[in-house]
Amino acid sequence: MRTLKFTLSIFFAAVRKEIVQQWRTKRFLVLIAVFLLFGLGSPLLVKMTPELIKSEPNGEELIKLLPPPTAAEAVASYIDMIGSFGYIVVILMGMNAVAGEKESFTASLILSKPMPRWVFVLSKFTAQLLVYTSAFLIGGLTAYYCIVVLFGAVDVLLMIKINVLLLMFLVTYIGIALLASVLGRTVAAAGGVGLGLAVLIGFSRNIPHYGKWTPDGLMVWARELGSITENVTANPGAIIGTLALVLIFLIGSVVLFERQEIQ
Amino acid sequence: MKNYSEIQITSDNNAISCFGLSRNYGKVQALKDLNLTVPYGSIFGFLGRNGAGKTTTIRILAGLARPSSGSAWVAGIEATRTDSIARQRFGYLPQNPAFYHWMTPVEYLDYAARLFGLSLKERKQRIEEMLQLVDLQSVSHRRIGGFSGGMVQRLGIAQALVHHPQVLILDEPTSALDPAGRHEVLELIASLRGRVTVFFSTHILNDVERVCDTVAIIHKGERLLESSREDLLNKYPVNTAELELDNHHQADGEWKETLEKQPWINSIQTEQNIVRITVTDVARGKQALLPLVAGLGLIINRIQWVRPSLEDIFLKISA
Repeated sequence: MRTLKFTLSIFFAAVRKEIVQQWRTKRFLVLIAVFLLFGLGSPLLVKMTPELIKSEPNGEELIKLLPPPTAAEAVASYIDMIGSFGYIVVILMGMNAVAGEKESFTASLILSKPMPRWVFVLSKFTAQLLVYTSAFLIGGLTAYYCIVVLFGAVDVLLMIKINVLLLMFLVTYIGIALLASVLGRTVAAAGGVGLGLAVLIGFSRNIPHYGKWTPDGLMVWARELGSITENVTANPGAIIGTLALVLIFLIGSVVLFERQEIQ
Repeated sequence: MKNYSEIQITSDNNAISCFGLSRNYGKVQALKDLNLTVPYGSIFGFLGRNGAGKTTTIRILAGLARPSSGSAWVAGIEATRTDSIARQRFGYLPQNPAFYHWMTPVEYLDYAARLFGLSLKERKQRIEEMLQLVDLQSVSHRRIGGFSGGMVQRLGIAQALVHHPQVLILDEPTSALDPAGRHEVLELIASLRGRVTVFFSTHILNDVERVCDTVAIIHKGERLLESSREDLLNKYPVNTAELELDNHHQADGEWKETLEKQPWINSIQTEQNIVRITVTDVARGKQALLPLVAGLGLIINRIQWVRPSLEDIFLKISA
């Protein structure tokens, strides 16, 4: 038990260091800014679209043909924003995690101490999960507030459900970025591997019968919820599939890192 | 995770032991069946040319690389099983230590101490002691990113010592430093004598001569010798006359050619106004050298018969 306590103390020290690093290197602030932009930008863009159309030639005529923007459109825009850009942000911010330490040689000093390699890898995942979730929460709350202010009341529970699905979708890419960071000798290489893996995951939605269980299944589910219709098909398979993928990425990261020689 | 009791402990009394350590990188054999024993309390110089296998050995000891075969033990615990517990017993400083630039020395030492499981009270005390030891108190709250090479190296030694290790493993600790930084680090290493076993690799022979009491020479992945510094130097006879000329202008005169023609003279090395003449027949040399030199018109301030330097021995052995 004493050994487990010692290992846990190392794990928490490593997580603490990672979180402080995210703050001191301004990465946390960048993430907050990006998710704030997602949360603020989507409803604003939907609300202002008629005004933008009006300013165009014949815009006044065109606008009469279009229905006024709704909360459902704002929610859909928010979901699309996360689905289109969120995962890229996660990969770009996460590719540095292990590869950066290998490239700058800081890993060799730390790994010559009694820190098991699995703790090194998992502490990075845990810290990223906490930091990204915090930034995502700020973005999600902002989106909810803006939608309520601009379009009227929206079901809180519905927004929570949508955001949980979106967060799970993003967690997959935290796992991808971590695996890529372990695989890459340099940060640039890790970025390349990460985006390549992301494309592969994107293609996986086309796998017959199994595609709906991929992270993309979560996005489909979130979009259905966001359309605020009665007929939403729950897809728990997508949750299980995504969690399984994240687990595979984590185990893969640890196993590969255990076998690597650190310069 | 294993307890200490579950880990195989060596019965020998050495700080570091390597048994048949080999490491292959493809077809290249970086280490060939290396056997090494570092006694407790010694300052051990691990000497070799660039690419001899010094860093590979040290990285295996530090758990950063695995051997192709063989085993290594540090402070009684097998280091080659990459068990993280083994790493509690030594401190390690790589050739080019890299720190988190956004941290301060206090923050880094605190992080390192946490990884070794030191309590808050112990951490505070050790951080203060270490900063004092390496003379970094005045910059203890400055970002490491702005530190000079010497300061980084001293911080490296501090982080390696923060947990009271039994063994300190240093990989070329002085090779990237200017003369002042080198002096500081060597003084620091010398000050650790008797408190911790120091194993340090280098290709700078002067460093070994200054601080080490035991020496091993590695060449092309093989250990060529292992001995106490004194025994090593004593093995080689006093066969070199060191002459200090009155001024360095004399050092490149015709006298050199005349001396080189003498059958009992082996080699002549000059460095500014110091001439080192190695002879094959010491008795003949002691009898004939001084009259010969005087006859050639050289003005000599001092003459002394000395042993070959470690550099001479190293070059001879690793030739």
